[in-house]
Amino acid sequence: SDSKYLDPMLKKRDDFEDILEERRNSSDLRYALRCYIPVLYKELTPCKASELKSMVLQSDQLRYVINQVCKETGMAADEVQAEAAAILEEMAHRLQLSTIRFFAFTLSKVFKTLFRSICVNEEGIQRLQQAIHEHPVVLLPSHRSYMDFLLMSYILYTYDLALPVIAAGMDFMAMKFVGEMLRMSGAFFIRRSFGGDKLYWAVFSEYVKTMLKNGFAPVEFFLEGTRSRTCKSLTPKLGLLNIVMDPFLKGEVFDVSLVPVSISYERILEEALYARELLGVPKPKESTSGLFKARKVLSEDYGSIHVYFGQPVSVRSLAQNRVDRCQFNLIPRHIPRKPGEDIHSFVNDSAYRLVRAQEENMVLKPWVLLASLLLQNHHQMQVAEQKQEMALDELTEQAVWLRDLSRQYGAFLHWPDHVSPSEAVSSSLSLHRGLVRISEGRVQLAFEQGEPCSTVTPEEELLNQAVIILSCASYRNQALHIFLRPALLASAIHTASSSNKQEVYNSFSFLRNMFSNEFILCPGATVQDFEEACYLLVKTGALQINQQEFVVTERGHRTLGFLTRMLDPFLQGYQVVCRFLCEDATEGLTEKQFVPAVRKFIIRHILTGRLRYTEVLSSDLQKNSLAALLRLGAVQKLKGYVGVCHPCTSVCFDWLRQKQAS
Amino acid sequence: CGRQPGSIVGVSNHIWQIKRQEIMKWNGWGYSDSRFFFNKKGQAEFTGRRYRLSGLIIPGLKDWFESTFGASLQHKTPATVSPILNSSAVQPPTLNEAFVEELKSTGIPLSHDAEDRVFRAHGHCLHEIFALREGKFGRVPDMVVWPNCHNDVVKIVELACKHNVCLIPYGGGTSVSSALECPPEETRSIVSLDTSQMNRILWIDEKNLTAHVEAGIVGQDLERLLNESGYCTGHEPDSMEFSSLGGWVATRASGMKKNVYGNIEDLVVHVKMVTPQGVIEKSCQGPRMSTGPDVHHFIMGSEGTLGVVTEVTMKIRPMPEYQKYGSVVFPNFEQGVACLREVARQRCAPASIRLMDNEQFKFGHALKPQVSSIFTSFLDGLKKFYITKFKGFDPNRLCVATLLFEGDREKVLQHEKQVYDIAAKFGGLAAGEDNGQRGYMLTFVIAYLRDLGMDYYVIGESFETSVPWDRVLDICRNVKARIIRECKDKGVQFSPLSTCRVTQTYDAGACVYFYFAFNYRGLSDPVHVYEQVEHAAREEILANGGSLSHHHGVGKLRKEWMRDTISKVGMGMLKSVKDYVDPNNIFGNRNLL
Repeated sequence: SDSKYLDPMLKKRDDFEDILEERRNSSDLRYALRCYIPVLYKELTPCKASELKSMVLQSDQLRYVINQVCKETGMAADEVQAEAAAILEEMAHRLQLSTIRFFAFTLSKVFKTLFRSICVNEEGIQRLQQAIHEHPVVLLPSHRSYMDFLLMSYILYTYDLALPVIAAGMDFMAMKFVGEMLRMSGAFFIRRSFGGDKLYWAVFSEYVKTMLKNGFAPVEFFLEGTRSRTCKSLTPKLGLLNIVMDPFLKGEVFDVSLVPVSISYERILEEALYARELLGVPKPKESTSGLFKARKVLSEDYGSIHVYFGQPVSVRSLAQNRVDRCQFNLIPRHIPRKPGEDIHSFVNDSAYRLVRAQEENMVLKPWVLLASLLLQNHHQMQVAEQKQEMALDELTEQAVWLRDLSRQYGAFLHWPDHVSPSEAVSSSLSLHRGLVRISEGRVQLAFEQGEPCSTVTPEEELLNQAVIILSCASYRNQALHIFLRPALLASAIHTASSSNKQEVYNSFSFLRNMFSNEFILCPGATVQDFEEACYLLVKTGALQINQQEFVVTERGHRTLGFLTRMLDPFLQGYQVVCRFLCEDATEGLTEKQFVPAVRKFIIRHILTGRLRYTEVLSSDLQKNSLAALLRLGAVQKLKGYVGVCHPCTSVCFDWLRQKQAS
Repeated sequence: CGRQPGSIVGVSNHIWQIKRQEIMKWNGWGYSDSRFFFNKKGQAEFTGRRYRLSGLIIPGLKDWFESTFGASLQHKTPATVSPILNSSAVQPPTLNEAFVEELKSTGIPLSHDAEDRVFRAHGHCLHEIFALREGKFGRVPDMVVWPNCHNDVVKIVELACKHNVCLIPYGGGTSVSSALECPPEETRSIVSLDTSQMNRILWIDEKNLTAHVEAGIVGQDLERLLNESGYCTGHEPDSMEFSSLGGWVATRASGMKKNVYGNIEDLVVHVKMVTPQGVIEKSCQGPRMSTGPDVHHFIMGSEGTLGVVTEVTMKIRPMPEYQKYGSVVFPNFEQGVACLREVARQRCAPASIRLMDNEQFKFGHALKPQVSSIFTSFLDGLKKFYITKFKGFDPNRLCVATLLFEGDREKVLQHEKQVYDIAAKFGGLAAGEDNGQRGYMLTFVIAYLRDLGMDYYVIGESFETSVPWDRVLDICRNVKARIIRECKDKGVQFSPLSTCRVTQTYDAGACVYFYFAFNYRGLSDPVHVYEQVEHAAREEILANGGSLSHHHGVGKLRKEWMRDTISKVGMGMLKSVKDYVDPNNIFGNRNLL
């Protein structure tokens, strides 16, 4: 029964339906104007968006906080009340059907030009409909693109489901016209940071809770907090999840359904933008004209989108035997309290579970596997000082091997089985012409190959190459969650001092701990992850366990080699950050200065050939490694300054240095 | 007993003879002559002549019953043992010969007849009645004794201590907390101490408005006898036909009209209890004392674990000049609760005010007896039209509050107006006296109805809690939903009846009463399923800020939650009292702790 639980091959997933197909065959206008009667929450008392606002402003919660603020600041009550009203005004959505209809029309046009298909699992839609009827619903889509939330509303409109209200970052609001349009399509805006602002937090949390409790509309937000520039899932943010779980924990609703939604893009609209951003070209401020420009640039083939509505997760079942709800019995529920340690860890664990559920239902396209192989090949050739290219046949052979491996690991892979592998490979490559080049049966990454031009400095050339590499890496990253646990085990076997199971476990546990800012690794699940990794490697015949000793089989070397290489750029990246902190970081490095400084250091190392992984230039990796070192106590933060904790006695640090030496 | 006959004010009704089973059902609720059944035409009838409903046909009950439970009159589950108890199925008594010998010499009546023992081996929890109907008897008392007065009890307790016999006090037998169940692990001889013969009012003090009463008297007799002298206690728990004064004290009972008269703890002035350490009582009858923790509060709620309550001095009141029922229809439960909250805030609650949810409203409606005149039925139709069509109330959402006013006529009418005015602010419409009165009738016949359900695969129970005002709506919604969800999860094939009413109001909260019943066709162990669901419902109550019990008590059914309810130290306090008062666990029913 254990193996059944572990075996990812046995995961059952729904079939997809292309919703663009009908758009291509019938009138968009009629579609936009058609009769729309969604199923609503059974206990809904219908109310207008304006009534919602007054409910929030008159709530006990808000009145309490307003009172508190008055006492603390000496301001008059009506002044604070007015401030609260202003915050709410700035925040609130003005969802109206006409705007949705406008988007339904225009997006139909846009989607049809950009995408080949938008595939949705209809069984998931049915489950969602049921969930909306039964309980307040929270939609939790993955976040890879600006498209995400318009796409979500578009799909829900298409299937006659209740339109969601969406928590959006304030930066959208800067786009005057678009901001208002989004507001009218259900977006509500929250400031990116409002740390100590009690009143803001109270208005915000009460607004969300009111909408949720009354079943006004499904509440939608992004667990990851922001678009993932790397296509890896981001460590979940807990603020909003805390807020939407609160009504259940305090008994204000019977249950809340959390619905993870996985949106997978075959080609991401923002692909190159993200790479540039990670390399330090500052994020362009969202502006309406920018978006239109982007839209012009993007009038090419972006393949298909897969949207998978996962199994609704009941907060009640999550909390069963986990949270003692009696803890809210002794203080009036409207008095805000910091969640206790048990609630915090419950919400945190739930958040990881949900992100994992998103990951599991991400559809992977063959290109994701090709990108992984091409990147590895690129670096291997670089080390061997050979031309960094690969025969198409060889790529196909490796891709087929990796396809089978990933399926055994439970990947949700959409590999076109009706065509030959070589056709599947070439059609995948052709969609990503900007990243790979094929000539004379050989494949290589599409670096600019103009004549060596004197105006381009080596640094600029490196950064140009890095854009391609990071773009490819973002596709490889989509498959990381499939290989992560076996890869950690492979690396642990590689680095452990012996093949003794306990030694390997220690090494696994260390790596896992260190990378827990980098990848989605559920807190406290080390043993589980280790067992899962062992199970997969043993099951696929790559590994044998004889009397507490790990033995890599003949055919296992290929698998373990691949897995180790997958993790290697990250290991190297963390090491170089350590080296930077030890060798180069001057006293008094602020967090803001950290990324530019470490980037300079890395560029120097790459250009002098001391470091081979260009992708280490990713600021995401640099920030994650710093966060990990802070967490492990190897580095300390003092009043905003980052400094190495001297003497460097931390286990992690020593280990990294040893690794470097070997 | 050294009592002067002349001083006795009243002696209770003849019906509480030693052989109670001759007039009462031994495997169901209440009087043997009163029961529901479906006649040949499939109409429900209520037999006997004791109740307003007796002898009447209830036309709506069958449809309600079949549609609510998915039950059918074709599928019967009659009790498997004939009404005459099959005594061979009862285990022979374990007798402590020395104890029996000495007891016999005192002349106190006793019996080890199987019928007498089985009758006192249970309360009225579902699992208890279900087992009886199936002819299953677990551990039953080995002997029953009927003390006639306080001194008899003193003698019995002394002998029990001397011979290490386990005593279980038995009053009206209406417990719904497994309090009367004999602990199966008890190896000593178990003696049921039936207080029913101690049923006299010993004196009435008109200057202080108190009455001194033997604790075995049952509610209806106490009220009737006091009424004869122009007084009442006003204490009317739903079980008052059968439950006893001693039982009320031992479980911290609550009465329907507590808004005027108070709960048992407000009514008791003086208590006498016989314990293994001797008799506990206060030395005076001062109306309030500051003499350390009130020892009455060790007695009230002790659930028979410390001793036997033998005599109680209670407050009495002159009988009210005027009584008036009433009812208010609200568009929905939320509005109704808001109204009750406001009534409590203004402290103007009538003697009783109860708010039934929509399901219970429909239930009450189904119990309407056949109307005799076309005029009444026309008026009913008109009322219904007015409320649902003219006022736009949704028949599937509206709910009704029932009211009972008491006092002098003028004040009652004034009070009535005040309450109806508040109700109007919450969209409430006055809906007549009749609806109100029928609402209260429901509480007296509900237990009879359970027996009817059990004839047709339907089992059910009620349970209660108390909760702060701000939690009332949430707890009602969540507990009802939890019951439905658990039934589904546990494989119940039909949707259950899950309904509640707010049945008492307080300054800081309310008492909420739940009814839960389901059709168990297709289940192999319905009682186990029932118990699992009830357990889950209790957990839900606690998680929503509700109390473990408002007035049913803890017994053995809810013991597991006591520690969380009163804290470890609280448990220690109660245990240390038990250890001092009853070190050898003579009162060994194992309730509470």
